[in-house]
Amino acid sequence: MTTPGQRIDGASALIKSLEAADVEVMFGYPGGAILPAYDPILDSGIRHVLVRHEQAAGHAAEGYAHATGKPGVVVVTSGPAATNVVTPLADAMLDSVPMVCITGQVALPAIGTDAFQECDTTGITRSITKHNTLVTRAEDIPMAIAEAFHIATTGRPGPVLVDVPKDIVSPANPDAWFDWYWPTELNLPGYQPDMTPSASSIADAVELIRSAERPVLYVGGGVLKARGAEALLALAERTNTPVVTTLMARGAFPDSHELCLGMPGMHGNYTAITAIQQADLLIAMGSRFDDRVTGKVGAFAPGAKIVHVDIDPAEHGKVRRPDVSVVGDCRIAMEQMLTRLAEVGGAEAVADHTAWRSTLSGWQEKYPLTYDREATGELKPQYVLERLAELSPDDTIVTSGVGQHQMWASQYWQFDHPYTWINSGGLGTMGFSVPAALGAKMGMPDRTVWAVDGDGNFQMTGQEMITATVENIPIKVALLNNSYLGMVRQWQELFYDRRYSEVSFGRDFPDYVKWSESMGAVAFRVEDPDEVDDVIAQANEINDRPVVVDFRIAEEENVYPMVPAGGSNDDVIVDPSQQSMLDADRAAGALGADRRAASKESQR
Amino acid sequence: MNRPGTMSSHTIAVLVENKAGVLARVADLFARRGYNIVSLNVAPTTDPTMSRFTIVVDAESAPIEQIVKQLFKLINVVEIAQLGPPDVVERELILATVEAPQESRSQVLELVDIFKGRILAVSTGKLTVSMEGTPDKVNDFEALLSDYGIVEVQRSGVMALPKVGRPVPRLRAGSAEPTV
Repeated sequence: MTTPGQRIDGASALIKSLEAADVEVMFGYPGGAILPAYDPILDSGIRHVLVRHEQAAGHAAEGYAHATGKPGVVVVTSGPAATNVVTPLADAMLDSVPMVCITGQVALPAIGTDAFQECDTTGITRSITKHNTLVTRAEDIPMAIAEAFHIATTGRPGPVLVDVPKDIVSPANPDAWFDWYWPTELNLPGYQPDMTPSASSIADAVELIRSAERPVLYVGGGVLKARGAEALLALAERTNTPVVTTLMARGAFPDSHELCLGMPGMHGNYTAITAIQQADLLIAMGSRFDDRVTGKVGAFAPGAKIVHVDIDPAEHGKVRRPDVSVVGDCRIAMEQMLTRLAEVGGAEAVADHTAWRSTLSGWQEKYPLTYDREATGELKPQYVLERLAELSPDDTIVTSGVGQHQMWASQYWQFDHPYTWINSGGLGTMGFSVPAALGAKMGMPDRTVWAVDGDGNFQMTGQEMITATVENIPIKVALLNNSYLGMVRQWQELFYDRRYSEVSFGRDFPDYVKWSESMGAVAFRVEDPDEVDDVIAQANEINDRPVVVDFRIAEEENVYPMVPAGGSNDDVIVDPSQQSMLDADRAAGALGADRRAASKESQR
Repeated sequence: MNRPGTMSSHTIAVLVENKAGVLARVADLFARRGYNIVSLNVAPTTDPTMSRFTIVVDAESAPIEQIVKQLFKLINVVEIAQLGPPDVVERELILATVEAPQESRSQVLELVDIFKGRILAVSTGKLTVSMEGTPDKVNDFEALLSDYGIVEVQRSGVMALPKVGRPVPRLRAGSAEPTV
């Protein structure tokens, strides 16, 4: 036990700093420059998960952070290891995931000499981290680690990288020894994130909310980061406001709730997309007007006033200028809105939304998410996901890769709890799901964790099933195997005249069952819809080993609805079985009636 | 290219922690967000732990408000002051080597004298001169020199301070609203 003032070497101080920052789990991979720091890991209570590729360490840390709200921790060496974590750092930056990444670096005198396994890690990662730093003195290590955790977890969360040269953690170096301390105060004069919104912005927001006739709560990942699901439920119910949850916010509001419209955006459902288009007020809550949500920005929610709530001042006005800008933490903002609303008359003081709600439920009835349920001889991915959701525990955590399977999982899984959906939204990183599932399971060992994956994705990071087996992290993988890079194939079908260029993976290589078994997993193959329930039930029974199910799904199934990239959300394409009905409605002008009436009114 | 002092540029003074790599962080932010820098100046302040940038930005490349907010996301940025023309004193230094053969040399010397510039080096047929003034003055001086043929020119970029007694809006870390 090292006490303050006791002599300590840099390596021990690094691990001791992680302990002081309450780290329980870290994901990593040793190597030359970080070697000294791996020695004290043997004596530490922190659980180290040895991944098979550094990229997986990063995504596992992200999965852990998403599932628990605690920062994910990565430890890797210099050079190629640092470049291998570039992808997860960028992923964490775009999805605001709290993460601390420690990279080894060549010894200080070797920096700048093109030494073995040297790269300019802080230079390379500058634009994809919230902050990074190169530590140059052993005695700065505790401060650097304390600051890293503070910056990563406060304000808008994000990844922070600490680059540690080998000589300052080498016990053989007399300069690597110093008197241990753990900082109680940080010196960050330029970093004081503002959590509490101004009272005037809250009052202005509540005024717009009270008078809106067709409001929509456009909820993004910021609500989850702020632990704001409860406040959201209260705000939505008190103001009788329908809610859309973006890809990063699935689960922030229960899908089973009558006010829930589901996911908007490029592959959102018709009602969620169209509600935004016809709203007179959008309450953007921790969302950032991403292009996958807005489509053509100029045509996005053309009749809506905007209340934008976000902790990051730079998000306000970045894409769409808000009418009321509420800078602060989403949970605090929503709680204050509720207080303010109570002061001005409570739910009674909010305009009546009965007509709006009934318009929306009319659309929900007419244009629900759908697929060809009668198709015979083909295993539909949507069916697999519906059954998987039905047969798995209510609080199952679902991770996904990127592509068609990701969209289907978001669409067809009913998310009723926050922190049950973990995916790569901003960066769109293929191969995310398996390592993210490892991290989620490490953080929530009592929960069932299903990685929904595609065959292309699984070939990128499938080797991490070895980590799952060896480290005893019993995750489950539902491989939606259509033998294609399905989303790319879909775009080539729709926009490149069915000219399929470099998207076919073939059914037979690898043999996913054999491959998974060789990595220590229990593996199944399902080709017949009738086998689905039985195999899922078996998979859910297995809790001591990882499981992989190779679902051989329909090869050319498409994701609908779809807003073509750069197109207006008004031109959303729905399932082929609904499209002619929608075309007829559009021709009759039936769907735009509300908005036109509203704009006429405002002209008067 | 915009010259400092023209209508479409903004001048901001950015107080940063004087730490390794801070210049790279600022430059990198401008590069990756597509903001154009017209000129950039940096030096330590009286507090050796702090440095101040004076940056003239091309306001047509992005709204100044967004540039300021993005700068503030850098952990080392402590304070940003937006310096509008009526509230600040601005100065810029220009060094120029100009063609000055026998027949036009006296005219160049006269021009330098009118602008209260100085002669720094003399050779057969060429003069190196300096002049310090507001960015507008420097623009005029450079334009007039160019009639004689500029061989090489180096401008310092704008440095600026708020006028004494003129409060300028300063945005500090930790407050969403500007304080004066």
